[in-house]
Amino acid sequence: MSLLSYDFMQRALIAAALVGVIAPLIGIFLVQRRLALLGDGMGHVALTGVGLAFLVGTAPVPTALIVAALGALLLEVIRSRSRTAGDLALALVFYGGIAGGVMLTALASGKASTALNQYLFGSLSTVAVEDIAWLVGASVIVLVILAVFGREMFSMTLDPDVAHVQGIRTTRLGVLLTVLAAVTVVIGMRTVGLLLVSAIMIVPVAAAQQVAGSFRGTAIGAVIVGLACSVAGLAASFQLDVPPGPSIVLLALAAFVVAALIAIPLRRRRNRHPHSDTAAREHRHG
Amino acid sequence: MDQPTPAICCDDVCVDFEASCVLSNISVDIFPGEFAAILGVNGSGKTTLMRAMLGLVPLTGGAVRLYGTELSKFREWQRLAYVPQRLHSAGAVPISVHEVVGASLISPRRRFPRRGDRQAVLEALDLVGLAHRRKDRFDALSGGQQRRVMIAAALAKDADTYILDEPTAGVDAESQERITDTFRHLRDAGRTVLLVTHELGSFAALASRIIVLGSRTGVGSRVMYDGPPPVPEHLSERHWHHSEDVIMRNDDPGLLEPGNKP
Repeated sequence: MSLLSYDFMQRALIAAALVGVIAPLIGIFLVQRRLALLGDGMGHVALTGVGLAFLVGTAPVPTALIVAALGALLLEVIRSRSRTAGDLALALVFYGGIAGGVMLTALASGKASTALNQYLFGSLSTVAVEDIAWLVGASVIVLVILAVFGREMFSMTLDPDVAHVQGIRTTRLGVLLTVLAAVTVVIGMRTVGLLLVSAIMIVPVAAAQQVAGSFRGTAIGAVIVGLACSVAGLAASFQLDVPPGPSIVLLALAAFVVAALIAIPLRRRRNRHPHSDTAAREHRHG
Repeated sequence: MDQPTPAICCDDVCVDFEASCVLSNISVDIFPGEFAAILGVNGSGKTTLMRAMLGLVPLTGGAVRLYGTELSKFREWQRLAYVPQRLHSAGAVPISVHEVVGASLISPRRRFPRRGDRQAVLEALDLVGLAHRRKDRFDALSGGQQRRVMIAAALAKDADTYILDEPTAGVDAESQERITDTFRHLRDAGRTVLLVTHELGSFAALASRIIVLGSRTGVGSRVMYDGPPPVPEHLSERHWHHSEDVIMRNDDPGLLEPGNKP
């Protein structure tokens, strides 16, 4: 029987496709800013949001969305207003998030602890109809913000000082990027899970950059890898009856290995003829 | 006759780092069309002064005005182009030469690409002799070529004032020659150029003014000299080889009083 004949699988596929496209688009800026682990930190903060939703009985997706966005702002405040280094600020938020999530879940009665597992590693059957509305809405907002501010973000991640001299508000844009990373984590938490969602932001970028020669090429390659791995990983999860998060991430890691193998001869050729055509052409250009 | 509004005006600028004074009461005006170089030994605060001029380090005293506007209110950033020593994140994600140069055209006023951007990038790369490398990865270029690409990025902006941090440090002879040619072209076009450098080197023939920073007490650099570059034959070898020697070897304190000319 086709997996698309199940309503829950249709919803899971929509959620997986959204995270497959959005996560690498945010991840590429995080990698460029050398903040590849930011998504992990945001995932742990979102866990506090899920725990809070269990405790007070609200819907987990919007609650996690708000808590993760507030956590992103808190991270930026700690980083900019105190003498705390970036990775230390991330660690503080990281530990606070996971401790808060487990504590609130434990305080919530009933089956909260069992349900928490579905948010940690993703689940095929728990993507509700109302979740899809939230996920589509959040994805559209992320895409619109990227369409408007994406070029400025590129400039900021390339060199914040040069971007400042172009009139770009780098501090505000940095905060916006962190909030977008938090929103992306929540978009991915139903399918990939909070513990692994960061991987789908970073691993497709790592795979694409093995063979790409430009930022744009890396972004396009990462989205293709992210989308393919999310959808194929979800299908594999259905067939093998395992959580979708690990399937998606293992496929993305396999894509990275394949891309790295493809890149070896390319790199050898480049090293064998370093600037081969340069010398001749520079000579011609005088 | 009224003096034109300075492109950059530093008025009694002080900068502290971790409670220690780095720059002490620096007052310097850079006027449109000038080709000025800030010189000084390592740690004399020349890069800090340049960053203070651009609002990249906070001032602990004094004020900076760009084209007559206080730094915090300045919005005409398209009039300034800045070339750092190296790009902050180069190499994290592959970036093409074209993308590095094109990034300089992005600003809150130019959020979306415009017709003519591609041409501006190609022309700027052509000026530094690297148009044929536009599709290559930036990190695949040599250090000198990377510096030329960064200068091309500033040129693509078509700014009025160019501010450069050590543009020829660690650059091969061929790239140095290209960079000097490019700046000769800018000087002839009447653009303002301010560069921070360890030694004037190939820019000696272009600079109309040098500003030497240094400190006699070891705390808080001041302007030790501000004026035209000295003509070598007017100075004894003991007085002048290059910027470091001005401070390290001079035994005539009068020469280094602010505003003194050699």
